[in-house]
Amino acid sequence: MSSNLIKVGMADLNAAKSPAVLITYGLGSCVGVTLYDEKVRVGGLAHIMLPDSKAAKEVGNPAKFADTAIPILIEKMGELGASKSRMVAKIAGGAQMFTFSKQDPKKSIGQRNAEAVREKLKDEGIPIVVDETGGNFGRTIILHTDTGVLEIKTIGHGVKEL
Amino acid sequence: MLDNLSEKELDALKEIGNIGAGNAATALYQILGMKIDMTVPRAAIIPLQEVPEVLGGPDVLVIGVYLRVLGDASGSILFVMPKDSAFYLVDLLMGRPPGDTQVLGEMEESALKEIGNIISGAYLNALSQFTNISFIPSVPALAFDMAGAILDVILAELGQLGDYALLVETQFLGGGNGGSITGHYFLIPDPGSLGTILEAIGVKSK
Repeated sequence: MSSNLIKVGMADLNAAKSPAVLITYGLGSCVGVTLYDEKVRVGGLAHIMLPDSKAAKEVGNPAKFADTAIPILIEKMGELGASKSRMVAKIAGGAQMFTFSKQDPKKSIGQRNAEAVREKLKDEGIPIVVDETGGNFGRTIILHTDTGVLEIKTIGHGVKEL
Repeated sequence: MLDNLSEKELDALKEIGNIGAGNAATALYQILGMKIDMTVPRAAIIPLQEVPEVLGGPDVLVIGVYLRVLGDASGSILFVMPKDSAFYLVDLLMGRPPGDTQVLGEMEESALKEIGNIISGAYLNALSQFTNISFIPSVPALAFDMAGAILDVILAELGQLGDYALLVETQFLGGGNGGSITGHYFLIPDPGSLGTILEAIGVKSK
């Protein structure tokens, strides 16, 4: 497995064919978006940091934002033979790591990231089959491209395979 | 802005880190009765993706105490310790035998937040005297989780303005009585504050 392990860093994305395993570590307020086409067994993973490139002063790296990263991920997977019409999405992260005050009326960056990701996936017509967002803890996520299973590891909140 | 900081400006930021951390180490010494050494601070501009590596990688288990700094030059302060160091620190603060603390309950969290408060107060006081800017720390918040997840919030903030982060980092080291403490202390000025700080100490170029 380790030879096929592809690490995706913060504000980065990648796509791969079975039996590769895509992993991203330590999602806090960031959202990990995984897309999978079961027919050709191609998976993709994006580690998204911010909701909207249009709100940023400087776009720089497009993999940072929900609205720009998702189309790039779809395209990369397309190059490997995946079709958008067959893709399903599993998303995780979007936590609020630090809480200063319970009454903070502003939505946390994690919440806003998760919302932006959901909206963009809806625009692209990709159904979300797993949505493990929110909470106040970090997540490491692993997408197995041979099965499409998403493994979610946490500290003190267990391990899930979805 | 970050891309064109001069060597002189970075040196000035290091000096700020030095003054702040010196004061913070003294405060720690007074509370713990234990000598705390600190490394020469580094002021570095790092790509956002590489920031978690400073703490040993994004999946390393750490305790982070986070404060927002308000005032004319806003920013963030993050004090990060490996789990064992944090537990040992709690032992010292609560007068427990070393190795006694094994879980992080409400009382332990509150003790660590208080440490965050005290060293940040000392750090910012020194900065205020040096720069004549008033820095007002928020109440601290604490998280016990993966380093990457803990850094996310701050990096997201910076990510709106670019792909790099400016970190003024100091490492604390202390020990004795069967335990040791290491911690990373980060001062992360908001992008707009950098100019204010540099101007106040008279090194802003151009």
